[in-house]
Amino acid sequence: MWPFIKKEFFHIFRDIRSMVILFGMPVAQVLLFGFAITTDIKDVDIAILDNSKDNVTMELSNKLVSSGYFILNENLKSNDEIEEAFQKGKIKEVVIFENDFAKKLKKEGRADVQLILDASEPNTANMISAYTTGIISTYSMEYIKRNQNIPVAIITETKMLYNPELKSVYMFVPGVITIILMLVSAMMTSISITREKEVGTMEAILVSPLKPIQIILGKVAPYILLSFINLIVILLLAKFVFAMPLNGSLVLLLAESILFISMALALGILISAISKSQQQAMLLSMFALLLPTILLSGFIFPIENMPVILQLISHIMPSKWFIIILKNIMLKGVGMEYFWKETLILLVMTIFFIVMSVKKFKLRLE
Amino acid sequence: MEENNIIIVENLFKKFGNFTANNDLNFVVKSGEIFGFLGANGAGKTTAIKILSGLSKPTSGKVIVAGFDVNTQSNKLKQNIGYMSQRFSLYDDLTVKENFRFYGGIYGMSAKNIRLKTEALLKRLDMLNYKDMLLKKLPLGWKQKLAFSVAVMHDPAIVFLDEPTGGVDPITRRQFWELIYEKSSEGVTIFVTTHYMDEAEYCQRVSIMAEGKIEALDTPSNLKKQFNVNTMDEVFVKIARKVN
Repeated sequence: MWPFIKKEFFHIFRDIRSMVILFGMPVAQVLLFGFAITTDIKDVDIAILDNSKDNVTMELSNKLVSSGYFILNENLKSNDEIEEAFQKGKIKEVVIFENDFAKKLKKEGRADVQLILDASEPNTANMISAYTTGIISTYSMEYIKRNQNIPVAIITETKMLYNPELKSVYMFVPGVITIILMLVSAMMTSISITREKEVGTMEAILVSPLKPIQIILGKVAPYILLSFINLIVILLLAKFVFAMPLNGSLVLLLAESILFISMALALGILISAISKSQQQAMLLSMFALLLPTILLSGFIFPIENMPVILQLISHIMPSKWFIIILKNIMLKGVGMEYFWKETLILLVMTIFFIVMSVKKFKLRLE
Repeated sequence: MEENNIIIVENLFKKFGNFTANNDLNFVVKSGEIFGFLGANGAGKTTAIKILSGLSKPTSGKVIVAGFDVNTQSNKLKQNIGYMSQRFSLYDDLTVKENFRFYGGIYGMSAKNIRLKTEALLKRLDMLNYKDMLLKKLPLGWKQKLAFSVAVMHDPAIVFLDEPTGGVDPITRRQFWELIYEKSSEGVTIFVTTHYMDEAEYCQRVSIMAEGKIEALDTPSNLKKQFNVNTMDEVFVKIARKVN
């Protein structure tokens, strides 16, 4: 089997396309998701309409602008200017303080701030409003402490656990790991096996005394190693570029990843057994594996918000369970006792796909 | 059963559902013989070769190759046969030497043995200087000769050649047949399929299949006499016509 594995490495290292997918992709993806496709808000242009102009509204405005999330683009003078401000397109939010803001706060214990948002991008609007509300409520807490008032206004305090700064990198890294492992393991193996079928070398190998299981192992062994290297690269990038924590056990993380890699490899063999050409294998991996992994695993779009039918489908996505496991280990730092169920599901899926792929592979020999 | 029959096929049937691909085949191939296995496309040649080389099992019948029963000893059988198809089965992105090393390796040859064999075979082909060349840079005819050398490198008792000369020019085909004769003179049995009737003339005996059955089996000269024609081409056409 050793000559087989060695030969496989020659194939990989001599093919520029494979090398790009294997080593360029993970780095590019992590950096892209980390920097470019971030859902964090930063330097959002806002306008303030301060009808009161007292010390409290001044202080609040300063808080907003100095938070780093917002840039004060314009000070509005009247309600009539609001519409125009939005229409110019740059401003995403207008913050309006009511008349006699400080006075009311002192006397009645409450005062109103109105937030008007450009909701043509609903997600961004939600995020901006949440950030603004957050800053205002922090301020009102301080205000109460300072004035030793009995808090009359009801203040909702939100605390974001496990990702206190709401960094989207925390969400993307487990997703990127999943996609890359899926891509390298399933897509690359299925393509490399169908390539041998296409070129005709598979025939010669099948006529040799090698057993089917040796052929399969020889084919996948290099990809196990490479996926593993990729995993390490992504983890290092996550840690040193994005300062993402690894709160749980690294050993456990690697062990779970090996389970997922085995599952993906089995899927790759299965795809290669079904498809007749490299293109077909590539398309199948793309549509049957990669897209569902991205769309239905909860990696980008929360599963809870999906229609029931899609939620049900997401249950059969191995990547969904793997992402849950990854988040548990990396962010919550908990042990096996909290995700043995997910692990079990993944294990059952892995065994199922391995049995299926070996069966299909043998069937093809007949 | 005679000692020197290296392939023995008796009452071989292979069925896929209702379709009978091999319908009661009976023949023997003598050790050291060059045996031509002819037939139109779809006549059942490929199915028979797959069975003979241990890739698939017969529905019924007895098949002994190199002394091993395909039903029970296909692994030992595989160790003792060589195989080359018209697609040459070599890796374009490996060098000549690496291709030899790979195929020697999967047949369980030792590193030293592989090295010696590679040297000897490349020397015979006059290609020692190209051993570190990537295969894709070599012309088709060279690849074909290399594929043959790779197929015989583990000293098999029989070599199966499945349309080995497809798409190759007449001169290279001639040179290729010289290689085949050379191996045959060393006692290696050659089992070859081809669509070129001039190549059929090179064989010591040929069988012609049609619709799952062997319709004729004899030396080329006897076949021509039997069908009262001058070339193997006409023999082939007559058999194909008869069946249709």
